[in-house]
Amino acid sequence: MSEQKCDCGNRSQQFKELAPVLKEYAKVPGSLITILQNAQEIYGYLSPDLINYISEETGIRPAKIYGVATFYAQFRMEPVGKYLIMLCKGTACHVNGSDMIEESVCEHLGIQDGETTEDGIFTLNNVACLGCCSLAPVMMVQSADGDETYGNLTKDSVKDILDEIRKNA
Amino acid sequence: MKVIIGQGSCGIASGAKKTEAEFKKQIKDKKVKAEVGITGCVGMCYLEPIVDVYEDNGECTRYVRVQPENVEAIVDSHLKDGKVVEELVVKDEDAAFLEQQQRVVLRNAGIIDPENIEEYIATGGYEAIAKVLKEMTPEDVIEEIKVSGLRGRGGAGFPTWFKWNAALQNKADIKYAVCNADEGDPGAFMDRSVLEGDPHSLIEGMIIGGYAMEAQQGVVYCRAEYPLAIKRLDKAIKDARAKGFLGKNIFGSGFNYDIMIKAGAGAFVCGEETALIASLEGERGMPRLKPPFPAAKGFWQKPTNINNVETWANVPWIITNGGEAFAAMGKGPSKGTKVFALAGKIKKGGLAEVPMGMPIKDVIFGIGGGIKNDKKVKGVQMGGPSGGCVPAELFDTPVTYEDITKTGAIVGSGGMIVMDEDTCMVDMSRFFLDFTKKESCGKCNYCRIGTKRMLEILERITKGEGKDGDIELLEELAGKIKDGAMCGLGQTAPNPVLTTLKYFRNEYEDHIYNHKCTAKSCKALIKYEITDKCKGCTLCSKKCPVGAITGEVKGQHVIDQTKCVKCGRCMENCNFGAITVE
Repeated sequence: MSEQKCDCGNRSQQFKELAPVLKEYAKVPGSLITILQNAQEIYGYLSPDLINYISEETGIRPAKIYGVATFYAQFRMEPVGKYLIMLCKGTACHVNGSDMIEESVCEHLGIQDGETTEDGIFTLNNVACLGCCSLAPVMMVQSADGDETYGNLTKDSVKDILDEIRKNA
Repeated sequence: MKVIIGQGSCGIASGAKKTEAEFKKQIKDKKVKAEVGITGCVGMCYLEPIVDVYEDNGECTRYVRVQPENVEAIVDSHLKDGKVVEELVVKDEDAAFLEQQQRVVLRNAGIIDPENIEEYIATGGYEAIAKVLKEMTPEDVIEEIKVSGLRGRGGAGFPTWFKWNAALQNKADIKYAVCNADEGDPGAFMDRSVLEGDPHSLIEGMIIGGYAMEAQQGVVYCRAEYPLAIKRLDKAIKDARAKGFLGKNIFGSGFNYDIMIKAGAGAFVCGEETALIASLEGERGMPRLKPPFPAAKGFWQKPTNINNVETWANVPWIITNGGEAFAAMGKGPSKGTKVFALAGKIKKGGLAEVPMGMPIKDVIFGIGGGIKNDKKVKGVQMGGPSGGCVPAELFDTPVTYEDITKTGAIVGSGGMIVMDEDTCMVDMSRFFLDFTKKESCGKCNYCRIGTKRMLEILERITKGEGKDGDIELLEELAGKIKDGAMCGLGQTAPNPVLTTLKYFRNEYEDHIYNHKCTAKSCKALIKYEITDKCKGCTLCSKKCPVGAITGEVKGQHVIDQTKCVKCGRCMENCNFGAITVE
């Protein structure tokens, strides 16, 4: 067995961007979700290392953090692609054929809900409702450049949109 | 002259940002004297991007579906020469969408700039809280709300004054007034519209409510899927604080009150108040038994009152105009107005605020313009996954808490998803159960396992593998889940199945016994075929993603049913109407 060293020091170095967030919230009761949201925004997802680090800084057990993180749809435990496709599966979108749109996206990118393309460009996430029901079916594409929403999708238009994004990626 | 561009989420999704950028560019390049501003969503989401041009005398011209390529015409003709561009102006039939409404909650939406507190003040904003702090006791405020007959707009329809009074009666060193902005019902978006379009009316309502129940802290629990709403609300809170409407000693009255935002993280069950409180405390959002009610023990075990966005936004209007004016609208014990989100197979999707008691058909056909592509209407889903389906033959039902509940549906938060002849009701039930199964927190066995079992049965039926006795099993499970679940999510989860079984039982029977989906929507039960109208243009075979269509040029094509994935692309692309679905 190789020698095990404490890597706490490394972690605070590794996650130094989170320091201001922890400074503000670590000791404020009830702030776990806020801390996780900020952490995910900075690092894209919640890795085991990151969860352990938050645990050390807040004194909340890792198992509890994991329990909270897995309860809510917003949190991810896996890295995402450069572009996160949030495909709306709300009622209005369902009635207007979002299943067909999903099929078209899956077929075009070769991934299923929750998966990332091999080239790391796209991740597909089905979401409950984006609140743009009058434009159904809708998807939002999130990236470092901001969010872009696309409405009145068709099986073919969604492919064109994705191709366009990939071209500029 | 002012150019105001509607920038709610729906406007932005339709390209309002690009339209705005184009206006700014053209106005600058052409040295036109005009200001460019923003407003929230006016509710005519189907016409976005909407641009209002205000003359200096206040006269307004409304342009609709203004894409960047239309901007030049408006700048050159209207802004420069004062000549209205008629072909882009909103049509009378579309303007009627707003004219048939009565707006209380949405009184400022699509009119004022939500990011500018001065515009809210100019409409009489923050006068209600001034009046309350100077002239009224907490009991007076609660009495006024009682007179108004305001009831919770989030779903349950519980009298607002009663909840406030309970919180007032429970004495504590600190109390909380919470706004539930976790609009989780997929298909409802009126709360988003208020948050994005008129955040100050929510803030003012919360200050008034806070005073009435002697709370010191307001909390807005807003869903994370609404980033724009959070951004605008955050700015509004800061601006209100800077003006002294929030903070210590508001209007010199000695009343201290502030509001903070907590972003939710995506869980439908957090609309239930005890789950919401758990989530506010940073825990898994799981409901607990009541009592104790939040009014006694809520956020951090302190007295807490939770109301929904729309409820809060009514409050300043009621204080300004009087409870009686509010109670004069509506029908029976359902007072005031209600905002409905029109979506699904409807021509004019958007937000409609109407006095309670208007028949469903007037909302859907009068305001909403009827069904897309003039298809036959089948029903409307009201109240989302907790509600039910009201069939077309009951469209004379007035929209009141009482009348809608009688049909088996609920008013809920006000989502109206219109369904036409192409919507399969068994599939809709499956859709909702899929949703509630995923969103069940897992605490109660009946909800956790029961929704899963119901979903399995519904999936079986939509796949054409339904068995004799499935309907009865669904009914039995539905009753048990309703009785055995602790919170509203589980208690209402079977409603979509029960209402569709009540009104559309024949569709279930068709699926199970005749292996037929009359709406032609369940893939396992339909079959695409090419008729002799086929000219052999080969388009369908090119469009088929799985190579299931073969045939000679100018000869009738054939679909290989073993390969067909029933995506329907062939039928959509056929120019000769030669492809049928059975």
